[in-house]
Amino acid sequence: MSQHFPALIIVIPLFSALMVTVAGWFNKRLCFPISLLSLAAVLYSSIGLLMQVLSRQVVQYRLGGWPPPFGIVYEVDYLNSVVLVLVTAVALINLIATRISVVEDFPDKLGPFYTLYLLFVTGLSGIVVTGDAFNLYVLLEISSLTGYALIGMGKEHAPLASLHYVFMGTIGASFYLLGIGYLYLVTGSLNMVDIAGILPKLYGSKVVLIAFIICMTGLFIKMALFPFHSWLPNAYADSPPGVVGLIAPLTTKVMVYVMLRITLYVFKPEFSFASADINTAFVWIAAFGIVVASVLALSERRLKRFLTYVLIAEVGYMVGGLWLANRAGITGAILHIINDAAMTLCIFLAAGNILRQSRSDAFEDLKGLFRKMPFSMAAFVVAALSIIGVPPTCGFFSKWYLISGAIEAGQYVFVAALLFSSLVNVVLFFRIIEIGFFEPLDDHHHQAPEITRREAPMGMVISLVAVAVGLIVLGIFTRDIVTKIIQFAIPEGIT
Amino acid sequence: MVPVVSIKPLLAVLASMAVVPFLIYCRKPNLREAWTFAAAIIKFFIVVSMAPTILQGIPIEYQVAEVLPGVAIRFYVDTFGLLFALVSSFLWIITSVYSIGYMRGLNEHSQTRYFCYFALSLSATVGVAFSANFFTLYLFYEMLSFATYPLVAHHQDVEARSSGRRYLTYIVGGSIGLLLPAMLYIYDKTGTLEFARQGILSGHATPGAVKILLLMCIFGFAKAAVMPFHAWLPAAMVAPTPVSALLHAVAVVKVGAFSILRVITGVFGTDLLNSLHLDTMLCLIASFTIIAASLLALNQDGLKLRLAYSTIGQLSYIVLGAALLTPQGLIGGMLHIAMHAFGKITLFFCAGAIFVATGVRNISEMDGIGKRMPVTLACFFIGSLSVIGLPPCGGFISKWYLVLGTLESENLLMLFVLLSSSLLNAAYFLPIVYRGYFGPPNPSKYGDCVKEAPLWCIVPLVLTAAGSVVLFFLPQPFLKLAQMTVKHIFMGP
Amino acid sequence: MDTLISIIVSKYNYWIYICLMMIGLYAMIVKNNLVKKIIGMNILQTSIILFYVSIGAKKGATLPIITHGHNGESHAVHAVDFINPLPHVLMLTAIVVAVATLGVALALALRVYSQYQTLEEDEIYSQIEMSRKK
Repeated sequence: MSQHFPALIIVIPLFSALMVTVAGWFNKRLCFPISLLSLAAVLYSSIGLLMQVLSRQVVQYRLGGWPPPFGIVYEVDYLNSVVLVLVTAVALINLIATRISVVEDFPDKLGPFYTLYLLFVTGLSGIVVTGDAFNLYVLLEISSLTGYALIGMGKEHAPLASLHYVFMGTIGASFYLLGIGYLYLVTGSLNMVDIAGILPKLYGSKVVLIAFIICMTGLFIKMALFPFHSWLPNAYADSPPGVVGLIAPLTTKVMVYVMLRITLYVFKPEFSFASADINTAFVWIAAFGIVVASVLALSERRLKRFLTYVLIAEVGYMVGGLWLANRAGITGAILHIINDAAMTLCIFLAAGNILRQSRSDAFEDLKGLFRKMPFSMAAFVVAALSIIGVPPTCGFFSKWYLISGAIEAGQYVFVAALLFSSLVNVVLFFRIIEIGFFEPLDDHHHQAPEITRREAPMGMVISLVAVAVGLIVLGIFTRDIVTKIIQFAIPEGIT
Repeated sequence: MVPVVSIKPLLAVLASMAVVPFLIYCRKPNLREAWTFAAAIIKFFIVVSMAPTILQGIPIEYQVAEVLPGVAIRFYVDTFGLLFALVSSFLWIITSVYSIGYMRGLNEHSQTRYFCYFALSLSATVGVAFSANFFTLYLFYEMLSFATYPLVAHHQDVEARSSGRRYLTYIVGGSIGLLLPAMLYIYDKTGTLEFARQGILSGHATPGAVKILLLMCIFGFAKAAVMPFHAWLPAAMVAPTPVSALLHAVAVVKVGAFSILRVITGVFGTDLLNSLHLDTMLCLIASFTIIAASLLALNQDGLKLRLAYSTIGQLSYIVLGAALLTPQGLIGGMLHIAMHAFGKITLFFCAGAIFVATGVRNISEMDGIGKRMPVTLACFFIGSLSVIGLPPCGGFISKWYLVLGTLESENLLMLFVLLSSSLLNAAYFLPIVYRGYFGPPNPSKYGDCVKEAPLWCIVPLVLTAAGSVVLFFLPQPFLKLAQMTVKHIFMGP
Repeated sequence: MDTLISIIVSKYNYWIYICLMMIGLYAMIVKNNLVKKIIGMNILQTSIILFYVSIGAKKGATLPIITHGHNGESHAVHAVDFINPLPHVLMLTAIVVAVATLGVALALALRVYSQYQTLEEDEIYSQIEMSRKK
């Protein structure tokens, strides 16, 4: 069984999605347990794969037994195994944490909801494990389409926001497809390792250059890098609570993973980082994106919306980290994929808890939250500290590598952007913490008026607190993560 | 000397963190207070138990975890760290007694939250004292910043809110905006962050870079309130007085000053700074703060505000001690951490006692208060003597060493600065005492009866005042610790 | 000039695909009506599909179907005689994806319509503005 882990990662959720649809027709209460079992099995497989990679370096799985480059091959190495564990873990935790709010929001649509959920996870896991460029496109579209549908299930302006996301996402995916088309045109192959072998002779060709540019543009659109970010705030802010904790931490990070894969493994660093000017240009774009997103976040008065702008800024961290073209920067980018997914999950789960218990998420309605929901707010504070970058939470350590890499590369503009974003995050998050902390008091020496404890249900709180603890654990074990996994995920040529 | 490995530093840090769950879940306030006491006493005893080893010149170290390749959370207890830890942990015990009297006397809200964050702040303070490298120092420094925010904003009214904001802006702005890039730059250039006897930077950075890094560190440690990054300190006086007392007269601001000293000696190194003649720049920055703060203090009517500006000035004495880059100067600076702590905390305790007993905050309303609260005012007098630097109080000894330091480095301008600021200190403290005893009492407030603040408040301030006097006659072990530190820095192990 | 015209004439199909792609992008960005945007999206995807299919074409080649002799011998097959079937297969998948995207987009447009009673973007935005003011 364990040699089939790569295939199981795709097959289990796919078939479970079908089972959930059918089960939904008979007994809605079966949907959650099936999804839970399926995602647990997927998580188990992905951890198993990680163990295999740690001992063997690369796990290659040939679908249908066809050898590469003719068949579709799933190649799991250091880079994807850790991202895979991340994807499956986040999906599982979000499933458990949002069970109650999903049942409340969609009582008669549980079957379709969990089907879409599982298909989304299928798509993302596939993107991470696949070694075939076109297969990646297919899985990309699977996850995108299910994502659109999941987001469209929200209230208010969700359908419109999702429709805009459809447009932008399709442009992005189409550009990626076009880029792959160009690569196929010149190399005749769709297998990533194979393309990487053929390309070095063709580095001078304009087609290859255009392929790179178009692929990157497509990916930038899908990961909401400035200036292609306009779809993200609306789409994520209006999405239903069960969905945002799944999509927000994962979509952009998996797109960053694809960018890493293409830049470091398909096109190889000799090509991607050949021109120092282009590297600097990308770093500047990323820095600019960080600053703009942070500033835009300042003007938001609603919790979920401003969190989406923080998310856009985080994308800038990772893109800039990659284009620093040194080991520290790329380590920072990969580490930030892990850390940012965890932090985003935590903060959106906390925001979900808050939204459930308050009327709205406008800042004015968040008074006295520390007394009302102490555990959720405690987790919120931990996640906020991580996003700000305070040790020993994990967010500090990815910033450490990113800033070190930037200093080493002499990119002080990026350093300034990172520090600026940290400081703006302090302002942003402490605004909320202040409002939650300063409940109205009649006289500051008398006892506070009784604000009743109205914490979210236990299941939601426990998962949230577990993730918050995880943020600190991830921080303390940074050294192990870096030396055992990330170090090997970066190609050797980079210093 | 080969260091001894012992888990005691970690235990000292954790002693107060571990007590937090008990504090939260206690139903009875008396039990809660008992837990705080227990934690404070345990912490103090752990710190004291390390003293014999340290006094023999054997440091204690303990590595908690290596969190980044080559960078670990590590503790290294040396003479200087022990000095600071002794002062903080001892004064926590006393402040806890005082807090009980103050908070109950005013029937303050959210006392559990107050005691919890207090405990966490002390953990962070001891963590800073025992840090072995810049990273650990930064970690506990940040922890202290965030743990003290709820204490500063305790009253939860409009004033507290804006002070809290100002507090965070200066402190976190300094640490993330200045310290973090400086630390990473140093790590990039030297490959290590461990504090070394004569610093780690020499040979790895250009003189221009060293100068900029030094400035970033001095101002980045905004807790040391070096001007112009001082404005948070007067604003933070809206907090309850025991918070102001311990944190802003002993823990928070001393952490800032301690960190500056630690970084100057451990990262930059006195030799490097001397060879680049950066002592002049440092001395000027420090003396500007000393004089400006003393002048500003003269203008303040609020007692706590006046004390705040006084603290800003006194902190820069410590920075000045380091800036002189001579053995006697450094001894003076390090000793001043201890002496000023005892003196200032007495003054703040008195200010709080006056508020609890009479509700008065402004100096202009304190004429004749001696009739009502003679003991308090007497202790205030002793505290101010210590801060001014007159015998028979401990502050005299630290000022003495500072003066010796200026003579040693032949810096007569600094001598002038020291002497004139002492005069200014006298000018803003002694009139309070004089008018308190001899001024015409405000009849409606101060009757003839002696009615001091509750006993819980009075006993601590008498103790610390007595402590100031005792330190004059017996400056050990602080003096010995400072001397050992300086000997180690200048003359090798 | 001559080379430019000869390039356009010989590769006229690729120029058509570029035009289609631009039309698609134009429609998606500029048009006001949501359905027109969706159609533009479809045109964009179609242009890329057509591009892929064109890649596989060869001069003088026939359909990629191999007919065996009756006695089951295997003949040597020259790849140059057959059009490359791989892009066709890939594009079958891409067509499915395009249709699915169309379906999702239309479903969302239906929901938008039931919410705002119009499919014109500017009217929808003005409705949102008005509700925000209230």
